[in-house]
Amino acid sequence: MERTEAELIAAVLAGDATSFEPLVAKYSSKVFATARRYARRESEVEDIAQEVWLKAFDKLKSFRGEAPFEHWLMRMTVRTCYDFLRAHQRSREASFSDLTDSESDWLERFAAAPQTAPEDADAAKLLVARVLEKLSPPARLVITLLEIEDRSIKEIAALTGWSVPLVKVRAFRARGEMKKILSKMAKDKYL
Amino acid sequence: MNLVELQSKLISVARANAPDGRVPFAFEKRIVVLLGARRADDGATLWARGLWQAAASCAVIALLCGAWAFLSPADDDMSQNFETTLLASVDQGDQAQ
Repeated sequence: MERTEAELIAAVLAGDATSFEPLVAKYSSKVFATARRYARRESEVEDIAQEVWLKAFDKLKSFRGEAPFEHWLMRMTVRTCYDFLRAHQRSREASFSDLTDSESDWLERFAAAPQTAPEDADAAKLLVARVLEKLSPPARLVITLLEIEDRSIKEIAALTGWSVPLVKVRAFRARGEMKKILSKMAKDKYL
Repeated sequence: MNLVELQSKLISVARANAPDGRVPFAFEKRIVVLLGARRADDGATLWARGLWQAAASCAVIALLCGAWAFLSPADDDMSQNFETTLLASVDQGDQAQ
């Protein structure tokens, strides 16, 4: 008979580490999907996922069972991703002089007819990744959660541990940052 | 180029291409193995930590005793008193003879 989540957690807390395996198997796809939003290389994604699960194991005592385990785990995942962004801040100097031909083509196509530029084009995906990488860690986190994942301010506050006013301030700044990056991209492309 | 439009287009591109949740083969097993290895390490670490703490306490006690011996007043010769007390019975025996 399959054991419930609560039973598995109780067993882990009692010292049976193998009971952790079904939990890892059940929720890893969500952890990996979240990590892939913030890290490009697969080795980095795996490192994040591994860190999330080790942290979850270490902090399992603090899980009170009031909210679903998945929510608790996703909070940990988002915070680990944010730590990753802060620790791996690459050069964020906004220069778009090295756009590939396909990215330039997509931009030109968009400039000519915004509605017809395809959303599933690889060039568009690369361009999005390039723009997001130029954002500061808090701006990237907020843009991802608020604009891309379409989460509410309250949800973001719960996930990140920031206060609601802080999320609002960071969202405002993030939009400004993104606008700046896009205008730099347009300038580099057309000047 | 309309930047507002570009921004919303890029956001919708990101929304339309959500990352997949593919998990490497036997990832959950790897985590459990890692946890087991960490616990074995923890046992050795606990021992090492305990031994270092004991060594540090011994060093502190030795230092305090040394400092006390050096700083205690000269007229209160503790070593002499100790020796006299310890050898009192021998002295008494000598005197009786």
